[in-house]
Amino acid sequence: MSRNMNRIRQSPASRVLHVINAGILLFLAVIMLYPMWDAVIVSISPAAYASRGGLKLWPAGGISLSAYEYVLSTNSVRIGYRNTIFRTVVGTSISMVMYFMAAYPLSKKVLPLRRFWSLYFLIPMFFSGGLIPEYLLVKSLGLLDNLWAYVLPCLMGTYNLLIVRNFISAIPDSLEESARVDGANFFVILFRIIIPLSLPVLATVALWVAVGHWNAWFDAQIYCRNKQLITLSKYLRETLITARDACSDSVSGAEAVVSRSVEGASIIVAIAPILCVYPFAQRYFVKGVMVGSVKG
Amino acid sequence: MQKSRLHSSRFRRFLRSLYTYKGLLLMMLPAIVFFAVFRYAPMYGVTVAFKDFKVKKGILGSPWADPATKYFIRMFNNPSFMRAFRNTLAISILKIVFTFPAPIIFAIMLNEVRNSAFKKTIQTVTYLPHFMSWIVVAGLMRVLLSPVDGVINDIIAAFGGTKIRFLMEPKWFRPLVVLSSLWKNVGWGSIVYLAALTGIDPQLYEAADIDGASGMQKILNVTLPCIFPTISIMFILRIGDIMSGGFDQIVNLYNSLTYSVGDILDTYAYRVGLVDFDYSLSTALSLFKNVIGLIMVLITNYVTKKLGQEGVY
Repeated sequence: MSRNMNRIRQSPASRVLHVINAGILLFLAVIMLYPMWDAVIVSISPAAYASRGGLKLWPAGGISLSAYEYVLSTNSVRIGYRNTIFRTVVGTSISMVMYFMAAYPLSKKVLPLRRFWSLYFLIPMFFSGGLIPEYLLVKSLGLLDNLWAYVLPCLMGTYNLLIVRNFISAIPDSLEESARVDGANFFVILFRIIIPLSLPVLATVALWVAVGHWNAWFDAQIYCRNKQLITLSKYLRETLITARDACSDSVSGAEAVVSRSVEGASIIVAIAPILCVYPFAQRYFVKGVMVGSVKG
Repeated sequence: MQKSRLHSSRFRRFLRSLYTYKGLLLMMLPAIVFFAVFRYAPMYGVTVAFKDFKVKKGILGSPWADPATKYFIRMFNNPSFMRAFRNTLAISILKIVFTFPAPIIFAIMLNEVRNSAFKKTIQTVTYLPHFMSWIVVAGLMRVLLSPVDGVINDIIAAFGGTKIRFLMEPKWFRPLVVLSSLWKNVGWGSIVYLAALTGIDPQLYEAADIDGASGMQKILNVTLPCIFPTISIMFILRIGDIMSGGFDQIVNLYNSLTYSVGDILDTYAYRVGLVDFDYSLSTALSLFKNVIGLIMVLITNYVTKKLGQEGVY
């Protein structure tokens, strides 16, 4: 109703403003997309064209998939993919089970020492040991050069735990009580009522955790030197950043170690899964931000 | 006598509640153990900053430094530390000045769009960079900014300018840090404000229409005041985070040529600790950063409560 009224009253001046506004937004969207589009074009161009420069709106000189063949046949990419999928799938699964198992009791008023436990999980949000103590811990647990170094140290975070807890707290107690009156036991209540009702928040947090695992690189950098334990993002860092820095420090910065199309293909190969999932999962990601803005 | 019996009955009730709700406690056990091992144990590790740490002797076995503040004295006398401290503050403040208002403006602009399909498309596209890692973003930047075949330098050359080696020039480092943060986060950061904008009562706009307010006047006199609480909360949160300049971003963008303007406390602590293996000095650096950060968070949370808002934590 109010929208229609607005439209009727729109003066020519405000219509112009709306067009300018839409124009600026469109321009911003193009700027957001162009770098990725550029990488796509570079990756499918023959090497000679890929490093030719200029605005790349469409592949010139034909399409060549040789960069992808090269990247996908590189050992560290294949191993990296395997390790990244491992840490994403295993890490996210364990994380979600642990988040739920901690969040449900924390949402219960009857939990003994509830305030103490809340504080217990909250303090690490404000203070942490820092880089070296964490490194020494991982080392003393024997996790250096071990795949589990990617999973165990980052199983849980306070922020996500609070989000799940707040969501579960909002589920009315009366649902549980009426189920109990009907003879449902603890596990029936958990699996038939609480978990189905908290699926939205679990999906959101799972997506965040999964993206975090997919993009994580620092643990691979400091905990694992074994080539068999390389992750996709560490491969990406070595190809895009370390290799380039090494040559820009020594020579003029002109000579690249790997060709532009290989760089482009590496980026696309690494972000393809995110690009594929993103359009369908976007609303879950966004919903989580809203949930997170309700503190308790 | 009376009191102690009261006490013991309370204690017994507590024990009974432990027994009654042992299922709930048992459920939390994995998380409790995880936090004890991976969050609280490293807190003890900060003692490394006060010890002459020897890898072979471990944290407990290493002797205390003499004086205990030896590594802090070394830290404060180190020009690289002062440089990293200055850079951290400078980069943080630059980011607040430029990347804090941007999502607000962006959200208001999006909110003005009437065509919902267009609005949805813009949102989908602008949220996307948030999901790229800084390695990917830095890689894309290297491709775009390359002095050899980067499109930005081609455009500069087309207008008759000379090509710039963006990532090797100290004067370009901070602008690039700010611009890349904008690129990555402007869309995602606007979500919170968009949510606040949808909560504004449409009657306020109708009343403004009747009073003959123009579009700009409505934004200044209705929209902005209505989302001001959200803005102030987000601002305070951002201030509390002032000691982190963005490790992932900086470490993937800087190089030895740009240390002078780009080396922040986190990256410096990383190089000291895990490249040069000076564990004690690195721990002292992290501890310094964490304590200042903690103080900032406590101050900002206090201010939030004083402003009548619900405290953030």
